[in-house]
Amino acid sequence: MENNLTAAPIVKKTLIGQRVRKPDAPEKATGKTRYINDMVLPQMLIGKVLFAGRAHARIIRIDTSAAEKLPGVYAVLTGKDAAGLKFGFVRDNVALKDQVRCEHDEIAAVAAETEEIARRALLLIEVEYEDLPGVFTPEAGALVGAPLVHQNFPGNKSLSFEFKHGDLAAAEALSDYVVDNVFRPHHVTHCCMGTSCAIADFDHNGKLTIWTQTQYPYNYKMDLAPALGISPGDIRVIQPPVGGAFGSKLDVYPYEPIAALLAKKTGRPVKVIYSREEEFKAAPTRQAAIIHMRTGCTRDGTLTFRSADVLLDNGAYTSWGPTIPVIMMRTTSGHYRVPVVDFKAQAIYTNNPYAGSFRGYGNVQTTYATAQQMDMLADLVDIEPLEFHLKNAQKSGEVTPQKSFLRECVLAECLETAAKASDYSRKRKEYAALRDLPGRYKKGIGLASSIHNAGGAKIHKSDGIGTILKVDDFARVTVITGASEIGQGIDAVITLIVAEELGVPLEHVTIVNNDSDIAPWDVGVHASRTTFIAGNGTRRAARKAKEQILNAAAKMLDEPAGTLELRGGSVVRDNCGTPLIELDRLLRRMHFQAEPELVMVSDYYEPKSEPEGAKHISDHSAAYSHAVHIAEITVDTLTGEIKVDKVTVAQDVGRVINRMGLEGQIEGGIAIGLGYALSENMRIEKGMLTNPCFRDYKLITAPEMPPLDLHFIESNCAEGPYGAKGVSELPTIVIAPAIANALYNATGVRIFNPPMSPEAVARAIDETRQAGGRRESE
Amino acid sequence: MMSVETEIRFKLNGREVALMVPVTMNTLSMLRDKLGMTGTKYACGEGECGACTIRIDGKTVNSCLMYAVDCDGRELVTIEGLRTPEGLHPVQQAFVDHGAVQCGFCMPGMIMQADYLVENNPNLTREEAQRGLEGNLCRCTGYTKVLDAVEAVVEAKKCCGRC
Repeated sequence: MENNLTAAPIVKKTLIGQRVRKPDAPEKATGKTRYINDMVLPQMLIGKVLFAGRAHARIIRIDTSAAEKLPGVYAVLTGKDAAGLKFGFVRDNVALKDQVRCEHDEIAAVAAETEEIARRALLLIEVEYEDLPGVFTPEAGALVGAPLVHQNFPGNKSLSFEFKHGDLAAAEALSDYVVDNVFRPHHVTHCCMGTSCAIADFDHNGKLTIWTQTQYPYNYKMDLAPALGISPGDIRVIQPPVGGAFGSKLDVYPYEPIAALLAKKTGRPVKVIYSREEEFKAAPTRQAAIIHMRTGCTRDGTLTFRSADVLLDNGAYTSWGPTIPVIMMRTTSGHYRVPVVDFKAQAIYTNNPYAGSFRGYGNVQTTYATAQQMDMLADLVDIEPLEFHLKNAQKSGEVTPQKSFLRECVLAECLETAAKASDYSRKRKEYAALRDLPGRYKKGIGLASSIHNAGGAKIHKSDGIGTILKVDDFARVTVITGASEIGQGIDAVITLIVAEELGVPLEHVTIVNNDSDIAPWDVGVHASRTTFIAGNGTRRAARKAKEQILNAAAKMLDEPAGTLELRGGSVVRDNCGTPLIELDRLLRRMHFQAEPELVMVSDYYEPKSEPEGAKHISDHSAAYSHAVHIAEITVDTLTGEIKVDKVTVAQDVGRVINRMGLEGQIEGGIAIGLGYALSENMRIEKGMLTNPCFRDYKLITAPEMPPLDLHFIESNCAEGPYGAKGVSELPTIVIAPAIANALYNATGVRIFNPPMSPEAVARAIDETRQAGGRRESE
Repeated sequence: MMSVETEIRFKLNGREVALMVPVTMNTLSMLRDKLGMTGTKYACGEGECGACTIRIDGKTVNSCLMYAVDCDGRELVTIEGLRTPEGLHPVQQAFVDHGAVQCGFCMPGMIMQADYLVENNPNLTREEAQRGLEGNLCRCTGYTKVLDAVEAVVEAKKCCGRC
């Protein structure tokens, strides 16, 4: 041995499944992190947007002359400055409008030296409107002769989707029980704590640099370019730390091209940042819908069919909201073994705010329906819901009607684990027996589950990721990856995987992932894909580097190939752990030898999944996963208030990578789902949002967060990194119907139009009692 | 056309500060826009979210609701002032160690409030911490790990110097 290491063996210690801190947490906890909201550039101007403040109108006249004359104002733009620059999913949007189609339509924009000047300039812009009759529900929009939101979309028809499998009439004839309900999932919004913000700057070659909160930097370039009339190749996207995203930054929204148009006009960097009120009004929503769902089963509790007829409130423009049927139909066809499926969805333009993507993406709305109908059918068949679920639960190797291949399916294990841990069956019987007895407070327990893609979703031509990894002369590792960090903790996962593979300390890993001129392609943070996709990409790149290092070490140390390993910052003999040379020394020797080599590798990982396709018959994700939630609640039957006492969760996570981050994703996902279930509601009256503030739009706060009992079921996904699956959307998806089923167990009422607010619950209880002639509440 | 300005003097994170502020400016804007202290966050501007929580004369306040001129003669501590020369403040460290930080945007306010709670109640229970943090909204974490961190700080303080 030619080194100074003591021969003490270095034992193998895996990091997989351990608790790893988020690398950026200390900076964030000390206030040092420079979020985009905090950024100031030299010569930077502040951009402000004039919103229409009415739902549907023609602009008769717009006069910006007074605003332009205000000292400190550098530019005032209106619809004519963005004319023809259509962008969006179906090219129906433009950064600045010449017609009003919804309350937050951007009519003019100002760039000024200070925010105060910009605000005063907005007040000086004179606009004369002619209000037009509007459409405010999809039913109204679909009526013959309804006012058109866009002249070129007859019948106000936006996107439509259809999937049929099997003979519906025959399946209905086979059914002993059919439940038939209309659910009306409502408008909610992301409420990122950091409000929307973008900073744009052009160089002398006409190349745009945009600092923005986007969570999909590469397709973003494609989507932003037409809004500006420039080439996607002339856009550099820089992603500073963001105050939350949750799907809201998965599209281009008008403030981004507005910042760029102002920057182009003024030749200076321009920052547009929303106030909270603007954020409530102008940020995307979760898609509101009307879901007419029917599910049938036989007397013995075997599902026979499920049909869904969905009408989506498209809002004024088409972002990702009306594309959610792609996932809605996967749940309709894949949530339990459903032999016959009939799904159709139509999005109808209205003069309401428009929806984007939001954690849970269509599955939140659909599972609210499917999981309640499972509970209703069990009641009709008169068997234990748990037994009913188990009877219809898929097993590993089954394929859904849409050809989702459930390679590793542990739904039954999730059901049994959660039911046992919560003592579900006993409590359910006990609470049901108490339901009609006197007493103001009623306890209930409810079970719900769902399925979601957990290995990406190939809705684009690619679902891949590029990774570049280098190890320098000091054994410090830099991972240059397309994977965006939006707070979800992919930084910790990447760090953990590199440390696992290369045997270096966690602190010796640096991630570069926020500049589209540097980092390679990635599809973005969506579809619960990042741990799965970026985890695989990181592991593959790290293993390439390891192979290069160990080959060099074997040669240099004259050890047999394939017998060495990296551990504790050294090269060791794999079988006994005997250290042979420190990694950094080895790397320097590799670098400075006669035939020098640097360790820098690249990888492109594309998951084995099939493109979604127009017919929606494809194995569109590399993995699927299930989660079961059991909610225990107390209902105040007088006020209608629901207190969630406990939630038991059993989720197929594939394999735990970073346990702390995983728990955080489940806890946070549930909090968003709780808000959706209980309190959050955008109250939109004739297209106008009436509660654009946290006082009137109620998020879940610390006292309302129930204790959680988390069970991670490890199905060991063959394609996932170390067996892991994606996790972050299911927690948001499953909790609301679990509470709805608990509410039924407690009180015998169901709420078909969420949220299950105190008003809605109290009203439903009163109506049920009046209808049934039951006693008054005490 | 600009607002009337006036000079104020106060202590910020232990250092004397004197500056001119518009009389209409709130403390949050003064910290962020005048002094570059961007650790304190704007998230609602109307006292509903707690992201701008700072300490004034020992008490926590929503700095967005307080005029900057009212800081005159008082003592302010912001998230930047919590860190000690030795490293992270114990509350900051606990938040890091327990995974309480995701996007982190609400964390400066959350940590300021948590620090106030543990300082003023050595026997702070989880339920009391939940109540005490009710005014601090977080969209990422579901508060569970925040409460774990606060509990850990309380436990560590109980132990201090006695065992």
